[in-house]
Amino acid sequence: MVSCFFKGGKVTARNACIPPFRNGSGSGINFAASKDDFYSFTFTVQGMEFLVCISKAPDTTTRIAFTDGDTRFNEEGVQFIVNPYDEWYALVRALEIVEAQGGKVVIAAVGGADCDPILRKALAIGAHEAVRIDAEPQDAMQVAAEIAAYAKGQSFDAILCGKETIDHNSSAVPAMIAEHLDVPCIALATSLDYADGKAVMTRETALGIEKISVGGSFVLSAAKGMAEQRIPNMRGIMAARTKPLQVVAAQGAAPGTRIERFALPDEKAGVKLVDAENPAELVRLLREEAKVI
Amino acid sequence: MKCIAFIQTKGGQATKASLEAAGFAAGIGEAVAVVSGDLDGDGGLGSVGIQRVLQGAGDLDDSQLGRLVSAAAEHEGASLVVCAQDHLGKSIAGRVAVRMNAGLIAGVTVAPDGDNYTRNVFSGKATAQVKGATDNLVITTTPNAIGMPAASGATASIEAFDTELGERKVDILEAASPSTGGRAPLPEAELVVSAGRGMKGPENWGLIEDLADAVGATTACSRPVSDIGWRPHHEHVGQTGIAIRPNLYIAVGISGAIQHLAGVNGSKVIVVINKDPEAPFFKAADYGIVGDAFDVVPKLTEAFKAL
Repeated sequence: MVSCFFKGGKVTARNACIPPFRNGSGSGINFAASKDDFYSFTFTVQGMEFLVCISKAPDTTTRIAFTDGDTRFNEEGVQFIVNPYDEWYALVRALEIVEAQGGKVVIAAVGGADCDPILRKALAIGAHEAVRIDAEPQDAMQVAAEIAAYAKGQSFDAILCGKETIDHNSSAVPAMIAEHLDVPCIALATSLDYADGKAVMTRETALGIEKISVGGSFVLSAAKGMAEQRIPNMRGIMAARTKPLQVVAAQGAAPGTRIERFALPDEKAGVKLVDAENPAELVRLLREEAKVI
Repeated sequence: MKCIAFIQTKGGQATKASLEAAGFAAGIGEAVAVVSGDLDGDGGLGSVGIQRVLQGAGDLDDSQLGRLVSAAAEHEGASLVVCAQDHLGKSIAGRVAVRMNAGLIAGVTVAPDGDNYTRNVFSGKATAQVKGATDNLVITTTPNAIGMPAASGATASIEAFDTELGERKVDILEAASPSTGGRAPLPEAELVVSAGRGMKGPENWGLIEDLADAVGATTACSRPVSDIGWRPHHEHVGQTGIAIRPNLYIAVGISGAIQHLAGVNGSKVIVVINKDPEAPFFKAADYGIVGDAFDVVPKLTEAFKAL
């Protein structure tokens, strides 16, 4: 439940600041007089609406290989999963808030029909609706433009992403979506709560953990600490089969970059073992041979 | 080519990651730096090849910083913007790219080869050569990867830069305080001492702290250790934690699962201490000690102290 107090008739509410992509009129808001103060009111926002962006990623144990003259990732035999940051942190936190306060969680992916299994997985974990924007994205610019174009016509309170995908690792999409929608981007957020009608978050910065708040809509990229992984149960898996999975046409956004070639790192030359009784020898090697200390 | 380097400052000085980004930009073309807020002298920027610094307003949020940087690029007629792929870079590089209708190549690890930029993909398990497909381009550089250019001792000139930045939308409730106990933050750390379940319990971390102190390193841990709460989440390095690339990574009691290796295999030198000679981590290590951490680590700490 999101509570908000106002006095003298002046509303300082989350919905008083209407973000560009929240077109709704704030329906589902109940006003109820508090017992102890005639001028103080609490209203409950029933219907937090989150858009969680998810991406298809190779399982974390995948041995990476390339094909077509090292220009394409070899997907043969690869198990695909929901990108862990999107699933464990962004999706689960959105579900926790909606379970406590009401509302819904919509998941969106930009991709072909091969993304449907991961959308069903996210529905099995508890998301209410899925949207697949039908495109074969080449880079972050394209993904962000498509997500933003979809979100513009909707009424989401916040858009949650993982901090990066484990295949391309750019951490680029959340800030791009935020700029398209002209809202703040909270990168590397480690917690999200609502208090006094505002979203309160902690995020990692170069100086440590910072606590911040945002009044209107925002985009967030979720890092570890935000929530704990959830394993879907049989009931969730059955329910996911009948939940809506909408396929929408892409806007035709263009990519801004092109991958020319992939390469695998050079193999290590082999480990040099040092006697456990003589760690001083290791220190000597690090100083004189490796020259790192 | 004219480029803009966005610089984050700490106490008026450019951060190390920002100096690397500035040096990278200066290596490509005529680079002009942009900073937000106070600067002590030229913040160390002249010495890495920057001749002019545009100084914008301070206390800006990510949206305002995006406007500042893209306005600076427009002002200078720059088609390339460079910043560090650090916490702040991840908040604003994408914004600048959208504002400039530019492709974004994030986390570049070496100097470019013509217009080919090399970056890590698949969490460090591979690299990709990437080209821009737009007239403008935004590049972010991975901290502690590019290397610092040799200091020239030159000084940059400072010019005030004013532009329409819009309203601040993010309120800071509690300012950040260092979570690394005065040590370098993990993504920028040159020396890292990390430990895993082999330490048997959080009460034994004093041994790891002592070793880290003797080395002058930042401490880190494996995923199981942060998941069971022995260590804070922000110390977790690996595929689903933080990817690091220190000069020296010492791993104690970590078996070396493929997900852990993905986050640390950018390290220049890896040392593995494990009592199991079959631990997969030894295959990815440069130096190793097969032995019990509880015997080896205190001796190693003494050896570092004796330097």
